[in-house]
Amino acid sequence: MGDFDLSFFTWEMLSKFVLKGFIFSLELTAIATVGGIIFGTILALMRLSGKKFLMVPATFYVNGMRSIPLVMVILWFFLLVPSSFYALFGSTGVDYRSEISAIITFIAFEAAYFSEIMRAGIQSIPRGQVHAGQALGMTYSQNMKLVVLPQAFRNMLPVLLTQTIILFQDTSLVYAIGAYDLLKGFSTAGKIYGRPEEAYLLAAVVYFVLCYLLSYSVKKLQAKIAIVR
Amino acid sequence: MDWQVFLNDDGGGRTYLEWMIDAWGWTLSVAGCAWVVAIVVGALIGTVRTLPNSPWAVRLANIWVEMFRNVPLLVQIFIWYFVLPKLFPAMQQIPGFALVVVALGFFTSARIAEQVRAGIQALPKGQRYAGMAMGFSTAQTYRYVILPMAVRIIFPPLTSESMNLLKNSSVAFAVSIAELTTFAMQAQEETSRGVEVYLAVTILYAISAFAVNRVMAFVEKRLQIPGYIVAGGTGGGH
Repeated sequence: MGDFDLSFFTWEMLSKFVLKGFIFSLELTAIATVGGIIFGTILALMRLSGKKFLMVPATFYVNGMRSIPLVMVILWFFLLVPSSFYALFGSTGVDYRSEISAIITFIAFEAAYFSEIMRAGIQSIPRGQVHAGQALGMTYSQNMKLVVLPQAFRNMLPVLLTQTIILFQDTSLVYAIGAYDLLKGFSTAGKIYGRPEEAYLLAAVVYFVLCYLLSYSVKKLQAKIAIVR
Repeated sequence: MDWQVFLNDDGGGRTYLEWMIDAWGWTLSVAGCAWVVAIVVGALIGTVRTLPNSPWAVRLANIWVEMFRNVPLLVQIFIWYFVLPKLFPAMQQIPGFALVVVALGFFTSARIAEQVRAGIQALPKGQRYAGMAMGFSTAQTYRYVILPMAVRIIFPPLTSESMNLLKNSSVAFAVSIAELTTFAMQAQEETSRGVEVYLAVTILYAISAFAVNRVMAFVEKRLQIPGYIVAGGTGGGH
């Protein structure tokens, strides 16, 4: 065993370096989940609309995003989003360029994955439900809003939550553009205290505890939903 | 756009094009080796999780899956690359390539083990009982009855896990393995031709992922039992 020293692991270290990154990781996860579900639902509806001019671009977008690594997507957006966009956020835009770029990237990227989940969810609703809505004289959008989507969301809830946990893990990849997330918080602290290896180990423990607890609760929720249905 | 940039010398006596092809080779080697690790370990762990009379083996296999599934890949690569060699100095002799292969392989093995377990448990209980009624031992039941069916059930999710593995190999940039993403970042910095470099790398990733998909689809078709249709997996993942 080499020398391993965890004595730098104090509340002061956490509040000074890690907390800021942890908050950003949570923000990024939350914004990308909400944004991804909104845009993902739109993409899924486009693909299921039966209209070619909507289906083709949506399919192209979803399959394109799903065939390239997230790291490359992160690099692409960091390269392509013009500085005039960051200027919209004033001085925050200049200081937090990587973070803003990461948020846009994750919304765009996760939308493709959420749309596949939504599509599977919408398709899991029996045709009879749609026909019943039509028989009641509902329009397409009424039928979607009142009959199909509420049931689809419920069917898909466990998968959506699991995807959110994966998304939380993936936020660590903003390392590629130097955004300050949970992992960066630990690695910065590791550098300053001269204990980089210990810091990575602590980061792994923190990620593990968070993700394990979350996936455990999803499992519990899944069991609960299964009984009700 | 200026594609001439790929014919420029990178300062080390080779063109950027040659460098990129090398990098593609590294991506494919990392992904290929990690795939073998992931399949072998994943199949083993996944099978152990369904064993009927070995609660401790099942528990250990479950711990394996939870451990490798709940820590981000990037952090796991750092653990293999920086933390473990510090804890066990003997590991400092192991080349970085091998450490990344193990990291990526074990990470993916947890996901594959989950698919294997689900595939085995999706089989009707009668299959297992039929094996027992024939007087098969547990090992024989798995070898002749359960695994041949399970392999076919898990093929669609296995295909998407294999594509995920290829895409996840990009995370090796973090420890400077000379693969495509590392090339993309360095060539972008040196040439300032980001769009061309990224576009070429993105296309190579897409081609590779598509090739994996076709190969797996071909094998799946060859293995198919006529008249036996299995359901595909759901979306999500990466």
